[in-house]
Amino acid sequence: MKTHVTTDINDEAVEFLCEPQHTLLHVLRNELGLTGTKEGCGSGDCGACSVTVNGRLVCACLVLAVEADGAKIGTIEGVANRDSLHIIQEKYLEHAALQCGICTPGLIVSTQALLEENPNPTEQEARYFLAGNLCRCTGYDKIIRAVMDAAQCLRQGA
Amino acid sequence: MSEAKQYKYIGQRTIRPDGFDKVTGRANYGADLSLPGMLWGKVLRSPYAHALITKLDTSRAEAHPDVLAVAGFEDFPSVNAEAFAAGNGDSGMLDLARNILADKKVLYHGHAIVAVAARTEEAAAQALQLIDVEYEVLPPVMSIEQAIKEDAAVLHEDMFTQGLADTPSAPSNIASRMELKKGDVAAGFAQADIIVEREFSTPTVHQGYIEPHATTVRFDDNGPSMVWCPTQGHFDVRASTARLLNMELGQIKVVASEIGGGFGGKTTVYLEPVALVLSRKAGRPVKMVMSRDEVFRASGPASASKSRIKIGAKSDGTLTAVEASLYYEAGAFKGSPMAPGCMTVFTPYDVENMWVEGFDVVVNKAKAAAYRAPGAPQAEFAAEMVMNELAEKLAMDPIDLRLLNAAKAGTQTLYGPKLKEVGLVQCLQAAKTSEQYQTVLASGEGRGVAAGFWFNIGGQSSVIINMNSDGTGTILEGSPDIGGSRASMQMMAAEELGIPLDRLNPIVTDTEHVAYNATTGGSRTTFATGMAVVEACQDVVAQLKSRAASMWNVTSEQVDWQDGSAINLAGEDVMTLAEICAAAEKTGGQISGRGNINARGAGPSFAVHLCDVWVDRDTGKTDVVRYTAIQDAGKAIHPGYVEGQFQGGAAQGIGWALNEEYIYDDNGIMENAGFLDYRVPLASDLPSIDTIIVEVPNAFHPFGVRGVGETGIIPPLAAVGTAVSDAIGLPIETLPCSPPRVLKLLQEAAK
Repeated sequence: MKTHVTTDINDEAVEFLCEPQHTLLHVLRNELGLTGTKEGCGSGDCGACSVTVNGRLVCACLVLAVEADGAKIGTIEGVANRDSLHIIQEKYLEHAALQCGICTPGLIVSTQALLEENPNPTEQEARYFLAGNLCRCTGYDKIIRAVMDAAQCLRQGA
Repeated sequence: MSEAKQYKYIGQRTIRPDGFDKVTGRANYGADLSLPGMLWGKVLRSPYAHALITKLDTSRAEAHPDVLAVAGFEDFPSVNAEAFAAGNGDSGMLDLARNILADKKVLYHGHAIVAVAARTEEAAAQALQLIDVEYEVLPPVMSIEQAIKEDAAVLHEDMFTQGLADTPSAPSNIASRMELKKGDVAAGFAQADIIVEREFSTPTVHQGYIEPHATTVRFDDNGPSMVWCPTQGHFDVRASTARLLNMELGQIKVVASEIGGGFGGKTTVYLEPVALVLSRKAGRPVKMVMSRDEVFRASGPASASKSRIKIGAKSDGTLTAVEASLYYEAGAFKGSPMAPGCMTVFTPYDVENMWVEGFDVVVNKAKAAAYRAPGAPQAEFAAEMVMNELAEKLAMDPIDLRLLNAAKAGTQTLYGPKLKEVGLVQCLQAAKTSEQYQTVLASGEGRGVAAGFWFNIGGQSSVIINMNSDGTGTILEGSPDIGGSRASMQMMAAEELGIPLDRLNPIVTDTEHVAYNATTGGSRTTFATGMAVVEACQDVVAQLKSRAASMWNVTSEQVDWQDGSAINLAGEDVMTLAEICAAAEKTGGQISGRGNINARGAGPSFAVHLCDVWVDRDTGKTDVVRYTAIQDAGKAIHPGYVEGQFQGGAAQGIGWALNEEYIYDDNGIMENAGFLDYRVPLASDLPSIDTIIVEVPNAFHPFGVRGVGETGIIPPLAAVGTAVSDAIGLPIETLPCSPPRVLKLLQEAAK
């Protein structure tokens, strides 16, 4: 028995039908074609599926799709403004903060959530906030540099 | 000393050409492709570590209304044990087939038995429950000690140890033994004033790529069948799949999706041949995606190891003899990285007398796969720990001890060649003068130093560069880009052609658009595929010069190429690349260059790492407080991504040293098959990782490149191990130095 869900994804009205056991991640990827949100574990341990629900950072694999009803969802596809990258995305590229790139969408969504909550984080605060996003390639050094640089640019209104 | 060559693009920190897609979520990875009419495939896996399958009945699953196909071992019609190099491992096709769908016997928990394809994921999962299997459970063999016992349960009745003077008459779990020697170790140890000998062990660990294995395939009777998958080598996926399914190479097209990490673990096949069988039977496309649990249980762990190291030295620190016995777990099928372990273990040092033996041992764990410098971290960990103990006993600085014995140009390696120019001495000197080494340790902190060596490889790469009439061009390469290699290809081509970076678009093509490329592995891509790019550029330039010559009515020899333009040496004329391309239609057709090579002369890369830790004596938890990775890159094409390789290797090595390990229960079932309990380093676990790029050019590469991808994972194990040992004042012989293990060491010492 499918459920009808009305939601808002990246500021666009979206409707879908889903099974009660389906996660938000499943629907984003397999029903709505929003494959920028990645699945690394399906158990909330890796952060590759980080999205926001009503502004709150969550793992889409731990949210049921029916819970999206009436909510505002933010995914990686909504971070850039058409063809112009968000400063966080630019800084990730400038600092070579991605190698394979599979964790990058989740990390960018998490970084945006961090900087909205705390525009002036210390390096340690950034490291703890992003501890839910695993990256196996970089050792995090360049990610943290990108985050700190982006934070500074955003504070300066760049 | 010659002056460093001035480059326009090489050495710059450019923005990677695939970057936009990767930061916006547009890039498509393994699980991102869906096709119309696609079915979902799922695998039934063994609940036992070691068992005979006494009954297997899939009829109830086949009767499920949503199930369209079932595949089993019998669907690989023509496998045999003939050696076949697939990826980095030399696994027989029979073993490969038996690993991806078991043949009457299951050899590890999670071993694939049969696969089904159904209309939905849910139906596929239900169908697995309808398969009737009965087992005769056998005792699991879960460690080297257990496996090599006389009365151990034998995994393979047809395995007789290779490499002994006389092949034994009884089967055993030791697949092979090897031995390497140089000089006379007995005489060398007799000359020593001091000898240190110790035994070590390292755990089973996983590469831990964030992207699970996945594939979407479409079998086609009328043309090439399509396989889409994230892999380090799509040409080798094609070769393995074709062999298993008895197809011709031309009947399969493999498209390499973007790849979400591999580290050696995506150099073999698990799902692709199975999915193609299902697709053939069902007549529909099939998608398969592993869960994280399946990734841990049934894909690529790196070998656990046991080792014994003995090093003798004169009182001034000169090494007189070194000796090692190295045991590697291969997992369920033979083929651990025993050989590279034996070949690398002592290569950082120039020693007259060396002796090394290695053993390849099968156990009831998933078949080990390559992991970044396969075999070297386990072996060099042990050797470097003993080097540090030796330095301590001699009251020498550990860097000075290494400088005194460092391998350099002309050093005769144990495994064969004499070294050409290498950068170990320069790395050691850079370590000694580094900011970290000058920093005085705080109370409770410990420091470790370690060196690392990896060969690097070259191999076959094939590149085509197609020029367009407006002077832009496309670089078609066949090396999956796993950490930014498109950027280095673009930079090398722009440098060689003399045109701006954004005029060139590097594309990783499928198996149909360029000739064979060896798998991205062995730190080969920027070296070998880079050489192929340069060769293709030289082909393009030769054609551009010839076209300009024809327009100027001179010979090609009278035309020079400088900064993206042809210059008429017989006159004043200059013509840009874009102008020549625009005239191509009238001068003989479009311009396209080719570089198909088998690259030789990969320069080895040495590294030295420094690690400072603080250990909490109440909990046994170790914090890495400072870390510096120093490595010879030959020439860093893109310094940002070179540093990234150093840092990523360091982080994986720190994880291996401090926390990562497979934990099994008494029945051989892994208890921590998820990222919550198999803890890879988090952002909050690590400090900044400082880097120093040493550049001792490799004479065999046009820009001096040495591969940098792998060496960086080797030194951390001993750098961390020694730092922990230094902090707690106790020897470390077993990895990981996880909190419970360190706490136990402290408590036992306090008794």
